[in-house]
Amino acid sequence: MSVRRLAPKELQPESFAFTAENLAWAENTIAKYPAGRQASAVIPLLMRAQEQAGGWVSEPAMRYVGDMLGMAPIRVYEVATFYTQFQLLPVGRKAHIQVCGTTPCMLKGAGDLMKVCKNKIHAEPFHLNESGTLSWEEVECAGACVNAPMVQVVNEVFEDLTPEILEGIIDAFERGEKPTTGPQNGRKSSEPVTGLRVLTSPELYDGSMVGTGVGLAAAREAIAARAAAAAAPKPAEPAAAAAPAAPPKSDPAPAKPPVAEAVKAAGSADSDKPSKPVAPPPAGEKGN
Amino acid sequence: MAKLIVDDIEVEVPAEYTLLQACEAAGAEIPRFCFHERLSIAGNCRMCLVEVKGGPPKPQASCAMSVRDLRPGPNGEPPVILTKSPMVKKAREGVMEFLLINHPLDCPICDQGGECDLQDQAMAYGVDTSRYAENKRAVEDKYIGPLVKTSMTRCIQCTRCVRFTTEVAGVAELGAIGRGEDMEITTYLEAALSSELQGNVVDLCPVGALTQRPYAYHARPWELVKTESIDVMDAVGSNIRVDTRGREVMRILPRLHEDVNEEWISDKTRYIWDGLKTQRLDRPYVRVGGKLRPAGWPEAFAAIAAKVKGVPGSRIGGLIGDLSSVEEVFALKQLLAALGSTSIDARQDGAKLDPALGRASYLFNATIAGIEQADALLIVGANPRLEASVLNARIRKRWLHGNFPIGLIGEAVDLTYGYDYLGAGTDTLSDLVGSGTFAETLKNAKHPLILVGQGALSRPDGAAVLALAARLAVSVGAVKEGWNGFSVLHTAASRVGALDVGAVPGEGGLDAVAMTNPGGVDVLFALGADEIDIAPGAFVVYIGTHGDRGAHRADVILPGAAYTEKSGTYVNTEGRAQIANRAAFPPGEAREEWAILRALSDVLGKKLPFDSLGQLRAALYAAHPHLARIDHVEAADAQVVIDLAARGGDTASAPFHAAVTAFYLTNPIARASAVMAECSALAQDRLAAAAE
Repeated sequence: MSVRRLAPKELQPESFAFTAENLAWAENTIAKYPAGRQASAVIPLLMRAQEQAGGWVSEPAMRYVGDMLGMAPIRVYEVATFYTQFQLLPVGRKAHIQVCGTTPCMLKGAGDLMKVCKNKIHAEPFHLNESGTLSWEEVECAGACVNAPMVQVVNEVFEDLTPEILEGIIDAFERGEKPTTGPQNGRKSSEPVTGLRVLTSPELYDGSMVGTGVGLAAAREAIAARAAAAAAPKPAEPAAAAAPAAPPKSDPAPAKPPVAEAVKAAGSADSDKPSKPVAPPPAGEKGN
Repeated sequence: MAKLIVDDIEVEVPAEYTLLQACEAAGAEIPRFCFHERLSIAGNCRMCLVEVKGGPPKPQASCAMSVRDLRPGPNGEPPVILTKSPMVKKAREGVMEFLLINHPLDCPICDQGGECDLQDQAMAYGVDTSRYAENKRAVEDKYIGPLVKTSMTRCIQCTRCVRFTTEVAGVAELGAIGRGEDMEITTYLEAALSSELQGNVVDLCPVGALTQRPYAYHARPWELVKTESIDVMDAVGSNIRVDTRGREVMRILPRLHEDVNEEWISDKTRYIWDGLKTQRLDRPYVRVGGKLRPAGWPEAFAAIAAKVKGVPGSRIGGLIGDLSSVEEVFALKQLLAALGSTSIDARQDGAKLDPALGRASYLFNATIAGIEQADALLIVGANPRLEASVLNARIRKRWLHGNFPIGLIGEAVDLTYGYDYLGAGTDTLSDLVGSGTFAETLKNAKHPLILVGQGALSRPDGAAVLALAARLAVSVGAVKEGWNGFSVLHTAASRVGALDVGAVPGEGGLDAVAMTNPGGVDVLFALGADEIDIAPGAFVVYIGTHGDRGAHRADVILPGAAYTEKSGTYVNTEGRAQIANRAAFPPGEAREEWAILRALSDVLGKKLPFDSLGQLRAALYAAHPHLARIDHVEAADAQVVIDLAARGGDTASAPFHAAVTAFYLTNPIARASAVMAECSALAQDRLAAAAE
């Protein structure tokens, strides 16, 4: 963390005003707060001003928001300098990459992602690249630890990154494209990286159990029946042991383990957790 | 009331007290940095930790916990607070260690050294070594104006200054940016503070982060001689302490007086002292051949005697300036009476106040402390923010408490509190008498306050405006048993005292305007009268301190003593007589004015009947016994206001103009001060920027 200051005068725009659409939105937002408490709207308004101005809050924008809410400019300044989500310096026109550097992401290789940013954008955070299109910074936890490491660009997240994938994303932004958001290793949202292990029975999802009144008991029965059928031809080789053997990187979408193993694993999930190598080797070692 | 035991002492305190107040009531001293009696509670310095039984089992910030939050013991025993237990000591030492981690060790070059809260408390709670090996944090200094110097690395983020400017001064200009480990105090874009009370943040700052810029590196507190005195920059009569080193006034600080200035003083009061050293008249001057020439006292007296000789009393007059003490006014009046003149006037601005009507017609009858009792306020032709900044802070304090409708007739300006703008002049005031929604508001109030400024009175129809205001006061019930809300706000420190001793034209006498008009009088004694133009013709004897307007016009200059250089009585706007003490000596051959007048009277053959200040005071007190009751507000007869209300008079429908427009330049001392000039230039820029 460093001292957050306003951008130098030469970078500040002459003035700031909400667009008609944002103004209507702002008035709506202000009206949500009780009379005399309009100042509470300062954060949403600043955020909207930041979005409108291309990702950063300028000094005229602070004054504008302050005037709108009847606040002294210093009070808006206090808020804007406290929340690091408000950018006080101009950010890249096309993307401002916020690399999460908090513990889980750091363990999963956020350091390499930052190296990518340093190489591709600028050696220092909060600096624009030569063409002014990109900038980056390290942020505190962005709340996607399950999909670590990750970066955030405005409202969108790019998870399960490797340095190579991030390079691709940065290049895509540079070309003006919109890269696909979400996990980049093929998994769906924050499902286990080794594939689903519980609640895999299709009956749960095809509607056949709805209204039967048997609920969980019937589901368990059905699952047990299927498991018994599946177990017969194939001797049990715990999926739990097999899955980690294939690193997620080389196998972005791990094959669904057989249902029987999945069920078994689910049954003993707690006990075998410690033995499972949950994290692939730190990406930092591979990156170099 | 709640009972509790503080360090084995049982005390009973109101339940809304904080633990800190309760401890103080029990005589225990609690260290603190962020807590201040007159500011909101922040609870962020953690220095005031105490141990509480009947509360949470951890050290408690006593400033932020209320007595009513404590639970009694199982058998109904009162809660116990320990302020000296080992746990408390350890906790405070821990806090102190944290505070000192980033505090620089620059006490030897710090202006706060010797009067620093952190330094003092480190003596009690500091440890001798630091366990912190890392670099200390350094913070860039901020520019926040010509009066307050910043050394922000020393800041311990108590936020007293932020709270003071926001709450008391009413300008939300200081703030804490980058809250967290990088917190810094600054103004928006490092603009200069615009408050007239900003100097008080220096007193509030518990460390040396905010210090007085004009005083920077001038003196150490232990080498200063402290003299308790009274301020004369406005008519509030703020209690001050004048710190001198040798003959030099080094600084001026406020003194606590709950009924007058609480513990604040205005910037003019605080930073005027450099004006005491420049432009001073240190020897008599006589005008010879159109030019002022230095002269000795006998020569100057002889020149006056030669001029006065043969002039009839009716052609002699006396003008009294805004900074004169009661004693010298009284002496001048006696001298003029002895010379057969009844032309004396203390009202340079032409205010139509007449002591013959009674004291209540020109006093701030509600008293300054009474503002807090008032529940509705009408300001007529005044800008209290500039005319009496400290009193304005009191109005703001009352306004912050709520249920305090304020109406303003006059110039619409930023007073730091909200008000209903009713109108610009007398028409609005006439409308209010009897009808108007604000008249209803005043009528419904228990203690309505009508504040009449000099802007409404120093105009040709001033007497009629005064009567009209009195009529309004009477009609809304502001004058009744136990409450007199008819209050005149003065701007000149000398004015009330001068009116008390009757320094207005007697029978056949001329007033200030008539005396200074062409052909007014032949000989004019101007006692520090610098706010008025004297037409050519009259022989002007100027008795004063600074080479200002009065001295430039003078034919003979007799150098006098400024308010820090003499003992003098000043009566403030509410009628409180207070004595200013001598802290330094007048420069060169300058003398105290009463002594000059006494010596001159001898030369003129009309020897005044006193040889010492004591004798003068005895005569003064015999004639005006209420002046002997120092620091006492003599309640004036309210019947005077009712009689005043009955007086009619035609009012012109011109708008009221403020009596003070240039706050920083209202008197000769201020005009001689470089600091005030800088402040004034900044204020002008702000005005110009606001006008755009």
